[in-house]
Amino acid sequence: MLEYVFFQRALVAAVVVGLLCGLLGFFVVLRRLAFIGVGISHSAVGGVAIALLAGWSPGLTAAAFAILVALGMFWVGRDRRLSEDAVIGVFFSGAMALGLVLLSMRHGFQQELFAYLFGSVLAISGGELIGLCVLSVVLGGVVLTVFRELLFIAFDEEVARAYGRPVDAMNALLLVVLAITVVAGIRVVGVLLIEALLVVPAATAALWTLDFRRQVAVSMGLGAGSGILGLVGSYTFDIPAGGAIVLVAVAGFFLSLLLRRAS
Amino acid sequence: MDAVIFEKMRVELDGRLVLEDISFRVRQGSFLGVIGPNGAGKTTLLRAMLGLVTISGGRIEVLGRPPGRHGAEAHVIGYVPQRETIPRTFPASVADVVMMGRLCCKGRTRILSRHDWEEVRRGLELVGIESLAERPIGRLSGGEMRRALLAQALCSGTRLLVLDEPTVGLDLPAELEFYNLLRRLQHELDLTIVCVSHDLLALAGQASELICINRMMHVHGDPQHVVHSHALREAYSCEFDFLAGEIAHHDRAGGAV
Repeated sequence: MLEYVFFQRALVAAVVVGLLCGLLGFFVVLRRLAFIGVGISHSAVGGVAIALLAGWSPGLTAAAFAILVALGMFWVGRDRRLSEDAVIGVFFSGAMALGLVLLSMRHGFQQELFAYLFGSVLAISGGELIGLCVLSVVLGGVVLTVFRELLFIAFDEEVARAYGRPVDAMNALLLVVLAITVVAGIRVVGVLLIEALLVVPAATAALWTLDFRRQVAVSMGLGAGSGILGLVGSYTFDIPAGGAIVLVAVAGFFLSLLLRRAS
Repeated sequence: MDAVIFEKMRVELDGRLVLEDISFRVRQGSFLGVIGPNGAGKTTLLRAMLGLVTISGGRIEVLGRPPGRHGAEAHVIGYVPQRETIPRTFPASVADVVMMGRLCCKGRTRILSRHDWEEVRRGLELVGIESLAERPIGRLSGGEMRRALLAQALCSGTRLLVLDEPTVGLDLPAELEFYNLLRRLQHELDLTIVCVSHDLLALAGQASELICINRMMHVHGDPQHVVHSHALREAYSCEFDFLAGEIAHHDRAGGAV
């Protein structure tokens, strides 16, 4: 299978997205952003629909739309009368409903919509792959640069504020990076399953160590490893790539749970 | 010189008056205890001092500047928040948590140097938990955890230390040990300390000055004066009978609480 260019590209894409989601997933799990991740990924459907109707680039449009939705959730979520999950629920269902209504106006887009819902990593082009790699390096670099700031905010937001740390800017930055990561990951495993790559490797890593350096390393390794094993499984058993990748990651989680319970 | 100045300070939160007409000064190097019953606005007073709430009247000056306007010098103010527990699974070591206190002295690149780790080590030594540096922060006892937060607040050239109920949840020996440590650090590092507690007796034995608030300032002075003042009765109103008994007990014990 390695002789096929499409498979090589898919492999690189899955590894890169697995590494990036593993890194971001550390903060998603630590700061309980899992529902925000679901909200961002599902609202990307709205972005994809706008792109398909307007004839714009689906990736860029979905990314821009996801960033807007993420920041919208952030700003409205600061209203103390509302709980955060309620705000996420409003934005995410609203954006998805917008997508479904827009798509219903034009026929013949179902297939493309399916590609976004379930991922299409085997169809990734060389240009897209280079873009994905550059993007991942930039996003990963940004997160690593401000890593300890984000850790501080996770530890005690109030104290971080008292020390003059740019807490709001950091929270917004994390959401923007998360939104871009989600949209990039949608290409690989799809809207419905990208959440798994954000949560499962990081949650598995949290079972193994209490040191954040090791947690991040394990999480990134599991993300990349799930990508490789999942793609090989997908090829071998002729099953969907996105589903196979996520199943491998989830299997790793339960295996870890068993091993850690036993020890 | 005064490290902290409050002049007719007033705070409203969501349209509700929480603090009014608060005026006092804290001399450089002294230990001010802020007492008052639950809900008196003690934490709000600290938050105003740290620039975390906007005041709606009067003036505050902290180390010569308005709160929250210390920019790159923010680290001269150390803050130990009210915190009883830390999640057992928080993925950072004690040293990593102390290092958070040094982030505000770093530039945009945020690259940590050997010097930063030395300062973290020094902070841990100051509070006597250098042997716990590599322990996960969630796996400390209550007393050890307070010391770790104290080290975090002290590891960046701190001149003013602000503490909010630092001993809540600690047993009496651990509480005494914590206050003794605090007083030793006050003298060793020439710190100004502002400490809030609802526990009048604990603070009365430790602070060099006390103020008692309950929305308004009720009294300001040395602990003996405050503890026996009429104004304290006003501030604590209905709780006073209970308190009076404890104060009598406190006096019999020769102030050794």
